[in-house]
Amino acid sequence: MIEVRGLTKRYGRVLAVDAFSFDVRPGVVTGFLGPNGSGKSTTMRMMLGLDAPDRGAVRIAGRRYRELGWPLREVGALLETRAFHPGRSARAHLAALAASNAIPFRRVDEVLGLVGLESAAGRRTGKFSLGMAQRLGIAAALLGDPGVLLLDEPVNGLDPEGIRWIRDLMKSLAAEGRMVFVSSHLINEMAVTADRLIVIGAGRLLADTTVAELSARSASLEDAFLELTSGTVEYRGAPGGRPPGLARRATQGRTS
Amino acid sequence: MTSVCVTRVPRGHYRFWHVARMEWIKFRTLRSTWWTIGISVAGAVAIGVAVGRGTKSASGDLTNNALAGMVPGLLLAGVLGVLMMTSEYSSGTIRATLGSVPGRRRLLAAKAAVFGAVTLAAGEVAAFASFLAGRATLPHGIPAPALGQPGVLRAVVLSGASFCLIGLLGLGLGAIIRHSPAAIGVLVGGVYVVAQVIGAVAHGVRAYMPILIVGNSISTTKPLSCGGSAGQCQQPLPAWTGLGMLCLYAVAALAVGGWLLSRRDA
Repeated sequence: MIEVRGLTKRYGRVLAVDAFSFDVRPGVVTGFLGPNGSGKSTTMRMMLGLDAPDRGAVRIAGRRYRELGWPLREVGALLETRAFHPGRSARAHLAALAASNAIPFRRVDEVLGLVGLESAAGRRTGKFSLGMAQRLGIAAALLGDPGVLLLDEPVNGLDPEGIRWIRDLMKSLAAEGRMVFVSSHLINEMAVTADRLIVIGAGRLLADTTVAELSARSASLEDAFLELTSGTVEYRGAPGGRPPGLARRATQGRTS
Repeated sequence: MTSVCVTRVPRGHYRFWHVARMEWIKFRTLRSTWWTIGISVAGAVAIGVAVGRGTKSASGDLTNNALAGMVPGLLLAGVLGVLMMTSEYSSGTIRATLGSVPGRRRLLAAKAAVFGAVTLAAGEVAAFASFLAGRATLPHGIPAPALGQPGVLRAVVLSGASFCLIGLLGLGLGAIIRHSPAAIGVLVGGVYVVAQVIGAVAHGVRAYMPILIVGNSISTTKPLSCGGSAGQCQQPLPAWTGLGMLCLYAVAALAVGGWLLSRRDA
């Protein structure tokens, strides 16, 4: 179990994450849902020990991230695309990560096959498309065959086939008893992927619930989500999808 | 809810050599690093040859002349050191790196060990090749220095080591500053420009400036003198003291870099 307790992070005047407490359980996909800029990535960076919280802590099976003996074998993470040097090949990137946690090198080709990149393994990652970069990031997360997966916006840049693939992958990983924690701002994607939902907005925890429970609150899950986050959206377009034309200028208002 | 235990995590903990192995793979799988090292070695040798051919008399320190190309080569070693750290930030690799190795001081130590070993080897190759090439191309009639003569082997070996130490200074600066252009600017501006200006203006500290240490202390077989007015200028540091100063600069930069690395958000 991952326990997030009182997690707080401030950047200057902005309270990016305000006293989050929630659990991530094994065996289910937990969706981490919130509008852009709501604190999802900040939270995930603190879960991985990249950023230090101002207050609170994250414990993974009782330990902080930096106390893990073999981090990659315990937690696999996809933080953002392009967490690799453009001049290095996909295989070399994974081989370096494998070496750091004494993961056998045959596992590198295994995960490259798993994400469908075997034919691009020797190519430099600078030439990769967004979708290929995303697949390489997922390969890196799976490298250590970890029991915990933290995936930040994994469907970004994937085509419909890729989206279906990552969705099925996450479900099967959860079905194997792993903890799968996946952030997204796409409510409909979460509706078909996640079992549990942690909803945040403007750095505050808004709901810790299940997909079924949240969708029962309103006409649809999307409506329920929008109602929940309505006070927290930072930038908003014109109502009714009106294009910003000469007749009426759409104004962008800060609401938070 | 299923609660199958899916993976067996072995006992124990990742060790320094695991991290060093990662850093070695990262180092050797970038073509640009080998180009940079190759160019600095070739450049040092080429300058050694040019200086050797242009030698008019045997009165100067011919070993020091043959090693003249080491100083520009140092610049590339330092820049490469900076990039070892800053390219992790600019490419985002740092997040993958720290995800697999959260022990940040251990990470920097492993980086320094791998990078230091490679640049030490490259520096020695450059120094010996420059010396031998510079010696071989001396005009007829000028007696060539030999490694067995007093101070010659020391000058060559320590010049090679300076390559590694300036490289490590760059690595430390990279960890402190994190942005490639700024860190390279501080390295080049600090070591090559500001330190030289300080050295030219304030004679008291002149002997402690890195490039002057390499040029006047480490790569010489006999101490340079200041000419007639010895009272006004400070003698260069003895060779081993100069090496100690360079070590101190590199260790200080790495220590501050490691401290900041473990305190700051990645």
